[in-house]
Amino acid sequence: MRSLIDILELSTKELDRLLATADDIIENPEKYAHKCAGKKLATLFFEPSTRTRLSFEAAMYELGGMCLGFSEAQSSSAAKGESIADTAKTVSCYADIIAMRHPKEGAPLVASMNASVPVINAGDGGHNHPTQTLADLLTIHREKGHFDNLTVGLCGDLKFGRTVHSLISALSRYKNINFVFISPSELKIPDYVKESLRKSGIPFTETTDLEAVISTLDILYMTRVQRERFFNEEDYLRLKDSYILTPEKLETAKADLSILHPLPRVNEISVAIDNDPRACYFKQVLYGKYMRMALILMLLEVE
Amino acid sequence: MNVDSIKNGIVIDHITAGKGMQIYNLLGLDSLECSVALIKNAPSRKMGKKDIIKIDADIKVNTDIIGYVDPDITVNIIVDGKTVDKKTIELPERLTNVLTCKNPRCISATEQELPHIFTLADKESRVYRCLYCEAKA
Repeated sequence: MRSLIDILELSTKELDRLLATADDIIENPEKYAHKCAGKKLATLFFEPSTRTRLSFEAAMYELGGMCLGFSEAQSSSAAKGESIADTAKTVSCYADIIAMRHPKEGAPLVASMNASVPVINAGDGGHNHPTQTLADLLTIHREKGHFDNLTVGLCGDLKFGRTVHSLISALSRYKNINFVFISPSELKIPDYVKESLRKSGIPFTETTDLEAVISTLDILYMTRVQRERFFNEEDYLRLKDSYILTPEKLETAKADLSILHPLPRVNEISVAIDNDPRACYFKQVLYGKYMRMALILMLLEVE
Repeated sequence: MNVDSIKNGIVIDHITAGKGMQIYNLLGLDSLECSVALIKNAPSRKMGKKDIIKIDADIKVNTDIIGYVDPDITVNIIVDGKTVDKKTIELPERLTNVLTCKNPRCISATEQELPHIFTLADKESRVYRCLYCEAKA
């Protein structure tokens, strides 16, 4: 039995297999419509989420399975003080697989150490969000056809953005990747990420100026400055509008740039860009569902 | 200064001068009933100065704690006044309930029963990270 807590638990070979399964699901959805008949997915969401929870549930339904769970901590026994370990043991009696989101970092790992069914980390605080990374990787795979020789710009909140850290880890394993980190100085990429890139000999640059680097990028990964990651409202208000992507800023960008965003967006990408062929963020949502389907099949060991 | 040799027990030797008290506290030696000697700044040919701890009882010491504080320490086991075993300590791969995670967002900050576990992330720079949230120790 296997869980997925951190994207790096998947080898590049396993990622390739998941991408191939997702490609096949896209081409032949009917082949997968009953693969999980009789199986149940528990979505344990201790923190609000629209996309991720609905994506998991849609994925399970499209595989012919069923879903149960809760969407906020107040409607679970956590409100009564139940531990993660006990919740995981209890839910293992009802479901075949668990998807957990929790505001505390490491909570899904604790659940996986106590559950008797696979646990998928659906986001733990500012730490990891491996299924978002799977969505990002499928988007890059479908848009570019390869992961090597790409200049990847990551823009916005690079300090607390868990999707950013997971994507960097995943892409770091491919050849000739070049990262460009674009953020205000208060939300810079953490030192440990830079240390690890330096050790692996992966080139990266840091800048505060999006317009100065946009023409060099193959991928632009935009992020939202997240209110819930700040202890101090003043800091949030000061930084939230740091980078807003507009049609004017895109003028010098490559014609085949792919713009990604883990969503939800607040105002960091102008809606005027939504119809630009380079905007991939809504396709990314759809790809997220396919990758979650592929992941559920893998963890449930369904052929 | 002389401290009597022990008959059956443990000598924690080659402690970097100044770290003896930290090891004494982390090992919880204050709760022992037997004689315990903490010798500070003892002359050492190899180190110039060193700290030594002598425990006059055959107890089990947590070598993970010792390895974390100072992996160059040696632990000598004394039986009938003779050194029967000399252990060199390595940097432990995993520390359980030795350190506490300082990240307020970590699950270990709220789940009372959860053991505090750190794993060795970088041997060269002796960096430990929390198993749950990966914050640096």
